[in-house]
Amino acid sequence: MNKPENSPLTQATALTVENLSFSYARKKALDQVSFSVNASQCTILLGPNGAGKSTLFSLITRLYDTRQGSITLCGFDVKQRTGQALSRLGVVFQQTTLDMDLTVMQNLRYHTALHGIGGKIAKKRIQEELERLNMYERRGERIRQLNGGHRRRVEIARALLHKPAVLLLDEPTVGLDIPSRHSIVEHVHALAAEHGLAILWATHLVDEIYPQDQLVVLHQGSIKQTGSLEQVLRKTNTRSIHEAFQQLTQDDRE
Amino acid sequence: MSSLHYLRAMQGIVGRELWRFVRQRERFVSALVRPLVWLFIFAAGFRATLGVAISPPYETYILYEVYITPGLVGMIQLFNGMQSSLSMVYDREMGSMRILMVCPLPRWFLLVSKLIAGVAVSILQVYVFLAIAWCYEVEAPWQGYLYLLPALMLSGVMLGALGLLLSSFIKQLENFAGVMNFIIFPMFFMSTALYPLWKMKESSVWLHQLAHYNPFSQAVELIRFALYGEFNEYAFIYTLCAFVIFMTVAVIGYNPSKGMMMKKGGR
Repeated sequence: MNKPENSPLTQATALTVENLSFSYARKKALDQVSFSVNASQCTILLGPNGAGKSTLFSLITRLYDTRQGSITLCGFDVKQRTGQALSRLGVVFQQTTLDMDLTVMQNLRYHTALHGIGGKIAKKRIQEELERLNMYERRGERIRQLNGGHRRRVEIARALLHKPAVLLLDEPTVGLDIPSRHSIVEHVHALAAEHGLAILWATHLVDEIYPQDQLVVLHQGSIKQTGSLEQVLRKTNTRSIHEAFQQLTQDDRE
Repeated sequence: MSSLHYLRAMQGIVGRELWRFVRQRERFVSALVRPLVWLFIFAAGFRATLGVAISPPYETYILYEVYITPGLVGMIQLFNGMQSSLSMVYDREMGSMRILMVCPLPRWFLLVSKLIAGVAVSILQVYVFLAIAWCYEVEAPWQGYLYLLPALMLSGVMLGALGLLLSSFIKQLENFAGVMNFIIFPMFFMSTALYPLWKMKESSVWLHQLAHYNPFSQAVELIRFALYGEFNEYAFIYTLCAFVIFMTVAVIGYNPSKGMMMKKGGR
């Protein structure tokens, strides 16, 4: 499991989505979506509520099966080589997925067990990740006792325990206060810059975007614009991302 | 993927379930109260009206409490199987199921581990219940309590697989009330848990047939014989086959491209 074949980690493109379409009963949720996420970069998946962001995440994490198009993680097709692909993926879901009655440590140990990481290494990595988020001294507390921002930090620490190459975050700052939001946005950007992670961050809040980020603007299931912040501004002929976002997500409503 | 990975993951899943159960004290108590109410109140009341003739595995006349105890053990496992199915539906809505599903292990293995975790919890409950019943003078030979363990494992996974199967079909949490009415109660009453088969035949041949083919009956008989140190081969094979069938359908139900997840999620 741990032996990477054709060393996929050296490839710059960590996640590739190609011609992905998906529909619920009658409603089309995603239509011919293609984009890629590179290592050491934070790619912001920007879209209003109902744009198809969560559906896209469900497909990447294989809650739903891909019928049309393909998703490749570090060179492994998610559908054909699920195990290899998923072992390189860390996810923070929109809803909290921690056990409220268990401690921080127990929650994290559960995750390392699922990823087959043994005692000593697990302990070391848990300490590393928690320390990085200033949460190590709270390891013995139950999740119920933590506030929303701290719970999120635990979830981010958890998503990194198995050293993934790609980190997905589905609106991780929803419902948090401004300082918590700020620190999470900063931490995640640092993960890309310092640790080479490829990050896909879904949000509808434009103030979470840093100038160096890549953008993928999704609206009503299809991609409206991709590229760096600067490119997107140029293509839409706007001055701020706020304006650009407004323009890109309004067109179809007429 | 190494077998050590599988082992650790299973340990993690079972450990989590046991921890959660011990932590949630109300759940522990309510899981025990149900069979105890049946034993102390229902069985005591029925003792006078219902005589149970000698039938294997019993060698003498027995009190109704003694007859009903294996049935109540089955009931603990039946409720547990359904309850862990409820927790699967709940987990899926709350997202912790998604954490399980994104880990790099095959889905069938994760479901089996989840199942074993539920069974471990039910076995813990059963032995606590039997200890209380012992104080109430419902005693089996001591070897019986050992033989019981493998029987409980099989009946537990069978009922758990049934729960899994149902959970892959239930859309919402609220429908558990429906499961109670349409699955748990009919299964329980149409079985040998409360009355022996031959007794049922006297009143209704039709009911007798239903009870005979009810997999829950066979699970209860497997438990009943094991508790008295005997092996009921028919019940064993029947329960095993039921497990294989339920489990296969449940795995298909949780398969993202074939099963019910698709119908719910889209196509």
